[in-house]
Amino acid sequence: MGVARYIKDEKDRINDVILQSGIHIKPLYTEDDLKQIEFDYKKDLGNSGEYPFTRGIHKLGFRSREWTTRQYSGFGTPKETNERWKLLISQGQTGLNVAFDLPTQMGYDSDDPIAEGEVGRVGMAVDSLRDFEIAFKDIALDKIGSGLTINAVASIMVAMYQAVAEGYGFSKQQISATPQNDILKEIVGRGAWIFPVEPAVRLIGDVIEYTVKEMPRANPVSVCGYHIREAGATPAQEIAYAIQIANAYIDNVLERGYDIDSFVSRFSFNLDVFGNLWEQVAKFRAARKLWAKNIKERYGAKNDKSMFLRGMFGGGGGGLTKEEPENNIVRSAYYALAAALSGAQTMALCSYDEAYTIPTPHSALISLRTLQLLMDEVGLRDTVDPLAGSYFIETLTKQMEKKIVEEMAKIDKMGGMVKAVSSGYIQKEVARQAYEFEKGVQNAELIKIGVNKYTGGEEGKVELHEYSDESAIEQIKSLKELRKTRNNKDVTRTLKALEKATKDKVNIMPYLVDCCKAYATVGEMTGIFRDIFGEFVEPSIF
Amino acid sequence: MSNKRIRILIAKPGLDGHDRGAKVMAHALRDAGMEVIYSGLHQTVPSIVKMAIEEDVDVVGLSIMSGAHIPISKKIMELIKKEHLGNIIVVVGGVIPTKDIPILKEIGVTGVFPGGTPFEESIKFIKEHVRNY
Repeated sequence: MGVARYIKDEKDRINDVILQSGIHIKPLYTEDDLKQIEFDYKKDLGNSGEYPFTRGIHKLGFRSREWTTRQYSGFGTPKETNERWKLLISQGQTGLNVAFDLPTQMGYDSDDPIAEGEVGRVGMAVDSLRDFEIAFKDIALDKIGSGLTINAVASIMVAMYQAVAEGYGFSKQQISATPQNDILKEIVGRGAWIFPVEPAVRLIGDVIEYTVKEMPRANPVSVCGYHIREAGATPAQEIAYAIQIANAYIDNVLERGYDIDSFVSRFSFNLDVFGNLWEQVAKFRAARKLWAKNIKERYGAKNDKSMFLRGMFGGGGGGLTKEEPENNIVRSAYYALAAALSGAQTMALCSYDEAYTIPTPHSALISLRTLQLLMDEVGLRDTVDPLAGSYFIETLTKQMEKKIVEEMAKIDKMGGMVKAVSSGYIQKEVARQAYEFEKGVQNAELIKIGVNKYTGGEEGKVELHEYSDESAIEQIKSLKELRKTRNNKDVTRTLKALEKATKDKVNIMPYLVDCCKAYATVGEMTGIFRDIFGEFVEPSIF
Repeated sequence: MSNKRIRILIAKPGLDGHDRGAKVMAHALRDAGMEVIYSGLHQTVPSIVKMAIEEDVDVVGLSIMSGAHIPISKKIMELIKKEHLGNIIVVVGGVIPTKDIPILKEIGVTGVFPGGTPFEESIKFIKEHVRNY
């Protein structure tokens, strides 16, 4: 949808198509194209489940296992969130994807003055273990995995997840937590950063190291090309930056003396489905191949599993429009189709009302049904990587691969992702492209139906999810209550131990688990980090 | 209108970090000949007003995606009044439901540009409403 430039002649015939990654599409592809790219089935693709995994990481694809549906949800108080989750689970959702409110994401307690007006607004407010106890009540944590969409303080939430699970009788070996835990993409594209780059990356490494040893079912980092793409990067940059961000985390863990094969198989990716259908499919296929090559050739991994690009392909929020919002249901269905054709392990869609508000139960259910419908009614589980061998798709996959490699090389030349992000280079690049894209939409070079072509349809009716101060008041009241009733000696003792561990540069995770179990608050734990690490200073360029 | 260039502070109040819209607008306004200052993320209302005074701007443009546009706008208008900065106009952009536009105007916001507003429209509006000319 409107993501390629179409050069037309006066008779409205298409003379050229230029994809966002800069690749030109030809009117016809034949076997000559495959010759020209020196297409070699074994080298370029291999069967599914075989290196370089272009066709998929599992031999039988969706035949052996349907994709996981994981709609993003959570709002208001933990109790409201618990009710919403139970509804989604009862409707067949197979994993949770937890949304936290902004104060929690930024490490502030609900009663901090800076949190005013934001408590429970875009996700669930979490101040202490007490909130997790309410939110995860009666949820089978050994069966349902949880995505924890949080980054700067992901370490705290993973510790709290362990604490809540143990309290409910599940061992840390049984539970499956997938924290997003990707701070570099926050700095590039989403803005929920707190600490300077280096200590922030250390916290990411602490989570990875700890879960690899203690929580075998956890996926300790979900590397998000998604937000970088939504912030304005091209599909090729999305993959290049995501791989280079993952490399920064890998380097941090390797420095601790671990073998690459001992941890990297637990990495996963969160990638965007917004864009030209063919470009998306080629992007995901090229990404799987390049990730495998990166892990094998750059890091010398030996185990096939280490080379698997496992991912949630979804979202697509950038493509949704405020105008004629019901059109977004149709758009999202096509985005899901792209994800399915690309062999996603997990999917989540933005709901049609997300250009206005966080999804209502009604719109979240439509998204879930869209995914289920594709799975069970249309035939997307029939065979693995169905587009393979197409003259066009194979050519495009190879071209995407080349573009991604070029972008990766630029980052290497700058000395890696930590440096490229600290200097503001990536942020500037992404913002410039976002502006170009927006100009393209405004002058109708990039088509958006209902926005700059075929406009004037019916104004859609969107039922808004209303934010209520009452939830915030309730949350603050229970936080104040907690501060009075918890054992404050335990809190002080565990926080002191955390402070020492942070300064001594030992892995802070066991100390965080102790703090959580003593009902220390998110603000108290983050406060220790703030005092020791300081805060990130944003390069003031745009 | 004089030939003096309009100075505008694009500000991101609150904890929300989605700055694509803010940066896109900053580029568009700069291309339209304005002097644009970008506040960076996670600003408080007092820090924005302080920056507006220090940078001597004509316009403050708030970019808000989190849904907190009404309480934030209320606070900034109160502080602007308190500081006697009547020459500064405030405009708001971001994820703003249509029904909230009259509420924002009542609070004292001069212009509201929900996501997708054409650049030209916002630019023209700012040029027409800026007070110091």
